Parts: sequence; C-alpha cells; structure tokens
Amino acid sequence: MTLRDLINKLLGRETASANTARERLQLVLAHDRVDMSSLSTDLLDKMRNEILNVVAKYVEIDFDEVAVSLETEDRMTALVANLPIKRTISGEIKFKNIEKTNK
Amino acid sequence: MAKTNRTILICSGKGGVGKTTLTANLGIALANSGASTAVLDADFGLRNLDLLLGLENRIIYTAQDVLDNNCRLDQALVRHKQEPNLALLPAGDPRMLDWMKPDDMKKISNLLSEKFDYVLIDCPAGVEDGFKNALAASKEAIVVTNPELSAVRDADRVVGILNTCDIDPIQLVINRVRPTMMANQEMLSVEDVTSILSLPLLGIVLEDEQVIISTNRGEPLTLSGKKSPASKCYSNISQRIRGEDVPVIDPNKESKSLKDKFLKLMQTKIF
Repeated sequence: MTLRDLINKLLGRETASANTARERLQLVLAHDRVDMSSLSTDLLDKMRNEILNVVAKYVEIDFDEVAVSLETEDRMTALVANLPIKRTISGEIKFKNIEKTNK
Repeated sequence: MAKTNRTILICSGKGGVGKTTLTANLGIALANSGASTAVLDADFGLRNLDLLLGLENRIIYTAQDVLDNNCRLDQALVRHKQEPNLALLPAGDPRMLDWMKPDDMKKISNLLSEKFDYVLIDCPAGVEDGFKNALAASKEAIVVTNPELSAVRDADRVVGILNTCDIDPIQLVINRVRPTMMANQEMLSVEDVTSILSLPLLGIVLEDEQVIISTNRGEPLTLSGKKSPASKCYSNISQRIRGEDVPVIDPNKESKSLKDKFLKLMQTKIF
C-alpha cells in the first residue's frame, strides 16, 4: 500500500485506476493463458479419468476428494493432481499423496 | 567490420500502438549510426511504413514483384535520400495476403539479410495468417505495447505465439508513456507492464506531440536530430539494440515539476 492509497482509504475515496487496471489485467491474462494451453474442459476431463484409472490399478483412491486442475503462473502452466489414497492394494496404510507434473 | 546480420520482428497484436512509427524511427536511428538497415513492410493489407518515411512517391516495385521475379531486389528497394544507409522494401498489394506463405517471407528476408546489418520487419496487427507469415523469418522480436489494458492483453497473446516459434530474445518497448499520469497512478506503470508480460524491457517512448507532426511531414523524429522527448527515447532504444550499455530512460526523472515530485512522494510504499 502506498501513501496515496492510505490517504484515499482514510478519505473514503476510490483507489487509483492503475490499481484497478492491474488487477483486471492479471485476472483476464490468467484466463487467456490457460485458454492458450489449448486444453479444453473435455480434454482435461478425459485426461483426468485416464490418470485416475492408472493410479487406481495400484492404490485405492478416495474418488470424492480427487482434484485435477491446470494452474498458470508467469506463463508456466502446471498440471496439479491431488489424489488422496485410502489404502494400497496390498496393505491398510493410510496416507495422502500429492502428485505434481510440470507441463 | 564484421556484418551484424540481425532480423528483428516488430509486433504488437493490437493495432495503432506504434509499431510502424517505431520501425521508421529505429530504422533511421540505426542507419544513422552507420549500420546498413532495411525496413520491410510486412503489413500487406494496410501498408503505411512508406508514408511515415516520406517515401510513398518513390515506390516503383514491391516485395511482390521481387517474389514474382518481375524485378531484382535492388530495383524494389527504395533508398532514403537523407539517410542513404536506410532502404525500404515496400509491401505488395492486399491480394498478396491470399497467396503469401511463410516460405515467401523467408525468401525475402534472406535476400535482405545478405545485404544489410539490420532488417526490421514491421508486422501487421492481429494474430492471424498475416502475422504468422511475418514472423517466419525472424529470430528475435520487439513487442510494442501501450500502458493500457487492451494493448497489454493483446501483447500477451503475441508473446504466447512467439514463444512457441522459438523466437528469442523477445524484448519489450512501452510506447506513449505519460509520466504524470503514471505518477498519479492513473496509468499502468512501466514496472506493472514489464512484470505482467514478464519480458525484458528494451525501452520506453514518452508521449510526444512531435510524433504526429513528424508523421505529417513524413520525416521520422530521429531524422531531424531535434531533441524532442520521443526522439530521445527512440535513439536510446536504437543504442540498446546495438548493444551499447545505456540505461532505459526513466519516466520518473522526465517529470520534473514540483507537483510531480509531490505525486512521486505519495507513491512511496508505506507497508
């Protein structure tokens, strides 16, 4: 926060438009950049199911808690998959696994 | 002296942000420093580079005639009278858009780079075929933007495409900078734009009425040697392209009035 922002806040004035511009731009670019990674929702769903099927061959997954998403930061897009494991096929061990793949 | 041999793409995505003006001024400034320079108008739909350079009445052949073997490259090149180190290769007519392929662009640009130290390619606006043809022959690019939402957004799309085409380095020029508005925080700052696009900053160009006046006359600012704010910025950018170690012009230092100093104080980060 700058001195100007503080004074504006104290006086109940609108924040400077450059701040609004920056925030709007960051939002719209985050959206654009994911679009450009050319993975539609359909494709992402398909990939998600295939990944789950492979993992489910080896461990039992808690399907209700599964989260697969694309996260973009500074032009780098990462596929983030969070697959909580209930138990391995052979044992009863409870643990949580986070799998990260860089695209 | 060894030949420099660089082909630089000048692009922006959005139209009207100052690609052609930058191309014309950098062309003159680089030529003025002694480097043989060619500017290629790759905007076949809406060509304007000839107008900005004041060469519109001297065009006989175009890039199209070179590709069709109607003439030699020498015949199509228009030498600038006051700055003989600079030559323009004009764009053909809009029908060229239909048949032009990236290979045609490579052919033209190879012919040019054999003869010139610097080849500057003035891109068309947009991210469609015209742009994709224009970038086919370049290894490096300058992305021009204004400190405005739409211009920055479009620049980001362009950078995304350039990244997939192995073009490196991609450097940023921020055009039409208004220091007082930036100090007032009513305009995206140079730091904002640079960090959002995450590109290295090649330079900024200050908003300057002289740009319009020089366009009216068909004499780029860098040609007259007049010390206007934008002219200084263009020279600064051309020096940096040539690898000279000069700092980017700082808009904060360009606004010297007491009011501006006060506004700068108000920008101080307190927490």
